[in-house]
Amino acid sequence: MGIRQNFRRILAGSILATVCVSGVSQAEIINKAHFLVPGGAGGGWDSTARGIGEAMNRSGIIDKVSYENMSGGGGGRAIAYLIETAERQKDTLMVNSTPIVIRSLQKVFPQSFRDLTPVAAVIGDYGVLAVRADSEIKTFADALKIFQGNSRKLKVAGGSVAGSMDHLIAAMIFQAAGENPRKVRYVPYDAGGKAMAGLLSGETQLLATGLGEALEMERSGKIRIIGVTADERLPSASNIPTFKEQAVDASFVNWRGVFGPPGLDNDKVAAYGELVKKMYDTEEWQKVRDANGWVEIYKPGNEFMAYLESQEKELGALMKQMGFL
Amino acid sequence: MFEGITAGLATAMAWQNLIYVIIGCFAGTFIGMLPGLGPMSAIALMIPVTYGFDPASGMILLAGVYYGAIFGGSTSSILINAPGVAGTVATSFDGYPLARKGQAGKALALAAYASFSGGTIAAIFLLLAAPMLAQVSLSFQSPDYFALMVLGLTAVAAFAGKGNVLKAIMMAILGLMLSTIGTDQSSGIQRFTFGKMDLIDGIDFLLLAMATFALAEALMSVFRPDKGGPSSDQLSNMGSLKLSKQEVKEVAPTVARSSILGFFTGVLPGAGATIASFLAYGMERNLASAKEKLGFGKGSLKGLAGPETANNAACTGSFVPLLTLGIPGSGTTAILLGALISYGVQPGPRLFVEQPEVFWSVIISMYLGNLVLLILNLPLIPYIAKLLNMPKQILTPLVLFFSLTGVYLISFNTFDIQMMVLFAVAALVLKLMSFPMAPMILGFILGGMMEDNLRRSLMISDGSLSFLWERPITLAIISIAVVVLLVPAIQAFRKKPEAVEATA
Repeated sequence: MGIRQNFRRILAGSILATVCVSGVSQAEIINKAHFLVPGGAGGGWDSTARGIGEAMNRSGIIDKVSYENMSGGGGGRAIAYLIETAERQKDTLMVNSTPIVIRSLQKVFPQSFRDLTPVAAVIGDYGVLAVRADSEIKTFADALKIFQGNSRKLKVAGGSVAGSMDHLIAAMIFQAAGENPRKVRYVPYDAGGKAMAGLLSGETQLLATGLGEALEMERSGKIRIIGVTADERLPSASNIPTFKEQAVDASFVNWRGVFGPPGLDNDKVAAYGELVKKMYDTEEWQKVRDANGWVEIYKPGNEFMAYLESQEKELGALMKQMGFL
Repeated sequence: MFEGITAGLATAMAWQNLIYVIIGCFAGTFIGMLPGLGPMSAIALMIPVTYGFDPASGMILLAGVYYGAIFGGSTSSILINAPGVAGTVATSFDGYPLARKGQAGKALALAAYASFSGGTIAAIFLLLAAPMLAQVSLSFQSPDYFALMVLGLTAVAAFAGKGNVLKAIMMAILGLMLSTIGTDQSSGIQRFTFGKMDLIDGIDFLLLAMATFALAEALMSVFRPDKGGPSSDQLSNMGSLKLSKQEVKEVAPTVARSSILGFFTGVLPGAGATIASFLAYGMERNLASAKEKLGFGKGSLKGLAGPETANNAACTGSFVPLLTLGIPGSGTTAILLGALISYGVQPGPRLFVEQPEVFWSVIISMYLGNLVLLILNLPLIPYIAKLLNMPKQILTPLVLFFSLTGVYLISFNTFDIQMMVLFAVAALVLKLMSFPMAPMILGFILGGMMEDNLRRSLMISDGSLSFLWERPITLAIISIAVVVLLVPAIQAFRKKPEAVEATA
């Protein structure tokens, strides 16, 4: 590729990227996108934004893509910013994921997804429970037996604070197995990788995380995944049992998707939805998707909204039972 | 394995990859030199450039950026007391006093040599033992990390030499207190945030370091022109770059010790360059003779060489868990992991087997990167050091400008600017009452990690304190910490009568 093109990428991808201001209102033709990332460079939201943006740009679906990182307040600052400056953010898409639901329930920030325009859920990651490869726990039933004997003997590592997603995944699974979710001994680490190191060092018996983060470790034989919260076995990981087939009705997917500013008109939301659909078929996207182990879960506009509402209800009930609300 | 190494060597030596190393080091040094921009921002900025490269070339360029940015960060720590990365805070403890004594050239040269040695020695360790070390990196559990942080905190003693033990301890406690602001990891509850969204994530290290080091120093030079900054005649000769034979002899053992310490600290996913640099600083001071001890914090060569070697060695060490396990130990390696994945390379135990050329070429390029960095930077040092020749009327506003914008550009939050100014003024007042800032930043950095690991240890042992002695590693590290604290006290107690006799 040419140096000049490279240079353009530097500018576009720069964390110092400035806000694109534009008044184009023709909904049908979308030829540029500006991604607002509510966290720092290198995080999950960041890689999602850049993955989607690069795939769209390189495959020629859009001509121009830019990114803006704005961390703070657990993502709340970017939400507040998008709402405050909604007028000039017609071309901005904010990346977000399940934590927007959890954190708004916890009142970390006063807004919720209802204050934005849900555009589409793009990818998803299922929750898993994993053990060390040499663990005596072979199936979820083994883990459950230890839990029923003395729940203190079953420590669960996770890569985020107590009451957040990894904790809720573990709690949800034990609740579905008929146990009290409050009894789950959750040990928080400050990142997924450190939680993985915690499991491998032997200080915890279980790890609750996303399939994407655990799959490579499973393939290399360091850990064993004893269950995934998908409804059916996944084609990309057909050896991993679901919880459903182990008679535990736990179903959960951590979606990642994009939101527009409040009051974005329906035509534009639909046009963005089409754009995502078109992107799925490109070779560039499939490469990014497979490299990251992402699973496509397409939910455009209203369907996305309905899904968010049901997830909010489900998680809210669980969090209340666990004493976090 | 040897086939892998030769293939890696061939890849790393390919002419375009050599150019990438040079570009990476140069860009990294430049970005890292700007106060506020550290390796994380530098790598994030450069990742888009590497899209479309093959994985080995991309990693080679980014590894160059990584080293360059760390070296660049040392430069701003030494020259203007503005550590842009936590790993170079300890560099400023003795580097900045050296620069103020008119030996900026020597300080920068020593930093370059120390970084080179640390990086190179660590790269050799990595080359020889990376796959085996993966196991070591997993042998540490939360209690061991807690013990390591306690040991790191004993470095506070290094700042208590001038008779103000109490002030140093008070500042360390203030740092520990500041680290509790934000969301509590173990319960998810907000502490001391006063309901403000901006405080949920706690206080950013960079903000605190910039405010209490760079900003406070710049303000000080306005308040007390005689005290802050070097006088002009001291600066007219920025000092020779050369280290005398005596000085080389003095620092050589420091560099050797700190490389090993730094590398092994870097290998641990829960520790990293910052802890390594503090441990090295503490170690050097504890091993120094009574006379040398007095020099620490006032421009000791050992006090500069130790942390500077250790942080580079630790950065190299942090590639062990990244490449062999796919576990990033720091924010910077997490970004590198993201970059690797975007090239279609999945780091982990299988990388070494399935893509040996990537694995080995990255390791070999580290060696090259260090060499290039040294060659690139030594001739530039006189020019970089000239920065201090600038009239203070220009330098002070520039430091203020770069520190404030540096922090703002990371968060884009005006609240951070207000907080910075507040901290800078508070730091200025404390400095005027001769409270040292270093113990505060030490307490702040270690405090968060110490608390998290303590809470985890307690949770895992169901609230029992037995974790302190149940594991040999924990017990050993705790014992070292106790010895480090007690021995000087006992020595001081025993020496006093002798000293009296001698004078009598």
